Amino acid sequence: MSERTERLSVRKTYKLFIGGAFPRSESGRSYVVTSSKGDFLANAARASRKDARDAVSAARKAFPGWSGATAYNRGQILYRIAEMLEGRRAQFAAEVADADGVSAKKAGELVDAAVDRLVWYAGWSDKIGAVLGSANPVAGPYFNLSSPEPTGVVAVVAPQAGPLLGLVSVIAPVIVTGNTCVVVASERAPLPAITLAEVLATSDLPGGVVNILTGSAAEMAPWLAGHMDVNGVDLTGAGPELAVTCEELAAENLKRVLRPPADRVDWLADPGIERMTAFLETKTVWHPIGI
Amino acid sequence: MTTPLAEVASSPSTLRAFLHGLPGVDRVGADARAAMLGTRSIKTTAKKQAIDMAIGMVDLTTLEGADTPGKVRAMCAKAVRPDPADASVPPVAAVCVYPDLVATAVEALAGSGVKVASVATSFPSGRSSLEVKVAETSLAVAAGAAEIDMVIDRGAFLAGDYLKVYEEIVATKEACADAHLKVILETGELATYDNVRRASWLAMIAGADFIKTSTGKVSPAATLPVTLVMLEAVRDFLAATGRKVGVKPAGGIRTTKDAIKYLVLVNETAGPDWLHPDWFRLGASSLLNDLLMQRQKMATGRYAGPDYFTLD
Amino acid sequence: MFEYAPAPESRDIVDIRPSYGLFINGEWVEPQGEERHKTVNPATEEVLAEVAWAGEADVDRAVQAAAKAFPVWSAMPGAERAKYLFRIARIIQERARELAVLETLDNGKPIRESRDVDLPLVAAHFFYYAGWADKLSYAGFGPDPRPLGVAGQVIPWNFPLLMLAWKIAPALACGNTVVLKPAETTPLTALAFAEICRQADLPPGVVNIVTGAGETGAALVNHPGVDKVAFTGSTEVGRLIARSLAGIRKKLTLELGGKAANIVFEDAPLDQAVEGIVNGIFFNQGHVCCAGSRLLVQESVAADLLEALKRRLGTLRLGDPLDKNTDIGAINSAEQLAKIRELSEAGEAEGAERWSPACPIPDRGYWFPPTVFTGVAQSHRIAREEIFGPVLSVLTFRTPAEAVEKANNTPYGLSAGVWTEKGSLMLWMASRLRAGVVWSNTFNRFDPTSPFGGYKESGYGREGGRHGLEAYLAV
Repeated sequence: MSERTERLSVRKTYKLFIGGAFPRSESGRSYVVTSSKGDFLANAARASRKDARDAVSAARKAFPGWSGATAYNRGQILYRIAEMLEGRRAQFAAEVADADGVSAKKAGELVDAAVDRLVWYAGWSDKIGAVLGSANPVAGPYFNLSSPEPTGVVAVVAPQAGPLLGLVSVIAPVIVTGNTCVVVASERAPLPAITLAEVLATSDLPGGVVNILTGSAAEMAPWLAGHMDVNGVDLTGAGPELAVTCEELAAENLKRVLRPPADRVDWLADPGIERMTAFLETKTVWHPIGI
Repeated sequence: MTTPLAEVASSPSTLRAFLHGLPGVDRVGADARAAMLGTRSIKTTAKKQAIDMAIGMVDLTTLEGADTPGKVRAMCAKAVRPDPADASVPPVAAVCVYPDLVATAVEALAGSGVKVASVATSFPSGRSSLEVKVAETSLAVAAGAAEIDMVIDRGAFLAGDYLKVYEEIVATKEACADAHLKVILETGELATYDNVRRASWLAMIAGADFIKTSTGKVSPAATLPVTLVMLEAVRDFLAATGRKVGVKPAGGIRTTKDAIKYLVLVNETAGPDWLHPDWFRLGASSLLNDLLMQRQKMATGRYAGPDYFTLD
Repeated sequence: MFEYAPAPESRDIVDIRPSYGLFINGEWVEPQGEERHKTVNPATEEVLAEVAWAGEADVDRAVQAAAKAFPVWSAMPGAERAKYLFRIARIIQERARELAVLETLDNGKPIRESRDVDLPLVAAHFFYYAGWADKLSYAGFGPDPRPLGVAGQVIPWNFPLLMLAWKIAPALACGNTVVLKPAETTPLTALAFAEICRQADLPPGVVNIVTGAGETGAALVNHPGVDKVAFTGSTEVGRLIARSLAGIRKKLTLELGGKAANIVFEDAPLDQAVEGIVNGIFFNQGHVCCAGSRLLVQESVAADLLEALKRRLGTLRLGDPLDKNTDIGAINSAEQLAKIRELSEAGEAEGAERWSPACPIPDRGYWFPPTVFTGVAQSHRIAREEIFGPVLSVLTFRTPAEAVEKANNTPYGLSAGVWTEKGSLMLWMASRLRAGVVWSNTFNRFDPTSPFGGYKESGYGREGGRHGLEAYLAV
């Protein structure tokens, strides 16, 4: 044949990521995701409160294993995520460009930064204890040691902007210390989040450590903030009103709350360690010394 | 009948003092030792020897509510002749069934040399009166069981009522008459290795011929470190009293690789004197076919497939 | 009986060249002198390869290469240095079996140890310090800690690749460049590491490897272009280095000898204590600076413990280091074997009772059976001098205070072990022992996150953990 017809591509179905599996929303709902130019990209799952509930169960189930894994092991897995992400650089760059309307070059830089962000946090796994912990010279015959421990299950409202770099920058600090999480992806640009889930699912990360929901943050976040089996909530991507609502709900079981930033966040900047310390407890052990 | 060290069971306090005076077991260290022994590489001639040794130590077991005489007869046939295509495969040590199926097994195994073991004492929970437990043991023995696998009262053990556990074992041993008594500690419920060591000594002092890890109905069942602690106990009990007691890990041992790890553990802990079906058993069901498949692989050089081995 | 058939790890996995040059500025170069030395497999005395002997001019070339690479490497963003180190860690993981076999061939240690201990720790060490490269401002040494420059590093033969990792990983993470000299009897894994640096595309000159003996090491540590000296080896040489650097602005860290006490109380978990004693002194044929070479056992359990220990030693398998079931490999060199023999004979002559399990010794190679001396007094040479071999000296004590007194009664202070199930006693002992590492109910545990190093004549400075950064930063 001399004439070639253009091949019709096979599109991907974007589903949720819960407990290591990719289910559709139990509600059967979806919503249209468009590019920054308004073109149709995909129908993403519109998760319900019941999906959020299932995701919390999955995160809770994963918590003992993940928090009990060695810090070295967690670091290795985060590094593996970085490796897998780097391997899909082109795919993510294309998705980020579509979603954010940035140039291909800029999108590539954002993906690179996301990979480097994962590497940065991977290194923290077995160092945060040395930086935040201490041997305390109490005035008495006691050995006294303080060390950080993960808070538990953290609900994360991912930033609306920065569909990959922003997302990675809020997930990595929560899980590297041993927490598990339920993430509400950017409502406007959820596709990179689900593609990231494919990376997470193939990086030796145990199912349930990260659960990703797509849909309306306004709908799901209050359910997560009020959930009595959630220990912390990161409201980075919540608007001012939603953030206040969630913080009020979070007060019921005194969740650790990371408030949304006052100013627009530059996700390319040095992240510091606040995102890790927000979801760490300090445990102090006393033990007598004597024969 | 008096058993060595029986005097320590003269009162609850002496028994408690004795058991709590045993050296502790550091879990991390015991796990590390078992894991290290698990890295032993058993190849070629040693592997052949180990496979046949393991087959001869299997207590082929079925303990299901759905067991029937037909199922038990089929399993007995397998026990005597594990591989119908290869007469050089040795028979297993014993079959292990519920008490009501002992007579069926005894009939099926008559003259084969394969022993019949029966669980008893309200297996697997042990939650019944001593009278019922003793009666059940007697019935199994009367039906022809050569070995009784009893369960200890874990509730009493965890409540610190060691004497009650002791007395039940003594009473069951008496009901056994000539039958060998295996005492199941259900180590998964005892939780700590210190408890495993204490329960091992308690059972041996009370007259156990074998100490056994698990019913197979509780997770975790047999593990290498728990078996290590029990092997140390029988080794030390022999040194202290001159009486030799056997060990039987049971539950969760499914592959040849697993079985060989247990043999290495025996070899380097209690010593090669224990590497005999009189002193070491593997309680298992699906393990046998894996041993047969590995055996065939050794003989033919080809990996074996499950379709070529009988499922009984 | 259940005899384990031979289960040798295949040596085909390694490709040893007949001859090696020096690794300088990312290239293999020939030394200026003619001198070359053979490195042998101590288990068979077979020659494995010839290696170059670097003279002063070669060392100078290596230091200059490192100095030239320093501005680039130190100015590179930490995150980029981190990624190089992560790459190296990954390559080590990928080539772990090959490196383990090579280590066993050159060193004589059992493959079980090189495979399950050395190599996993080597990779972990690079992973760990990779992560620090972009986090130095959090390490507690000021907001912007700076590297020192060129590090001259001299390492011993007992853990060749692991000691390389302990030296190179933190140095590079902090932004220094290095010239490393492996031990003369075990150069091969360091030379394999040079290839790994190339696979990782590490910039030339950041890592330089010069082979040679004592004179090469002396030329390196005394080179004026070296800003930092790190040495692991004997106390005798450590003292010489400290003296030669007197008045010179070079930062120095030393990991030297030891004569560690492994202290067993009557309430110890005895079976695990026996394992800990075995691991303490027979791990790596006792070629361990922190080896538990003095067993201090409470008199009330001494007889039981020794009986259990002897029974356990009867199960140790000495022989072909490449056999996966070997527990005790070969002594690294004829010189070391002579030293172990000399001290063991002194032990007998001074009146201690010598015991070894029945243990066939191979005809060729350098071997020494696991040996226990009982009835040892503090005044005996075998209680005071580092033997660096599979020889355990057993002493008894009555009270915790006596145990501390005996344990501390040595010029060394690298490590100690305490076996008791009573936590308060363990911590009381730990607070009084003059040693850089105290293991409780375990022994010879290492982890990249945990600082290691000695008190007194066991050296100064720490390797590993956050503390290990200090040796390579201007603080």
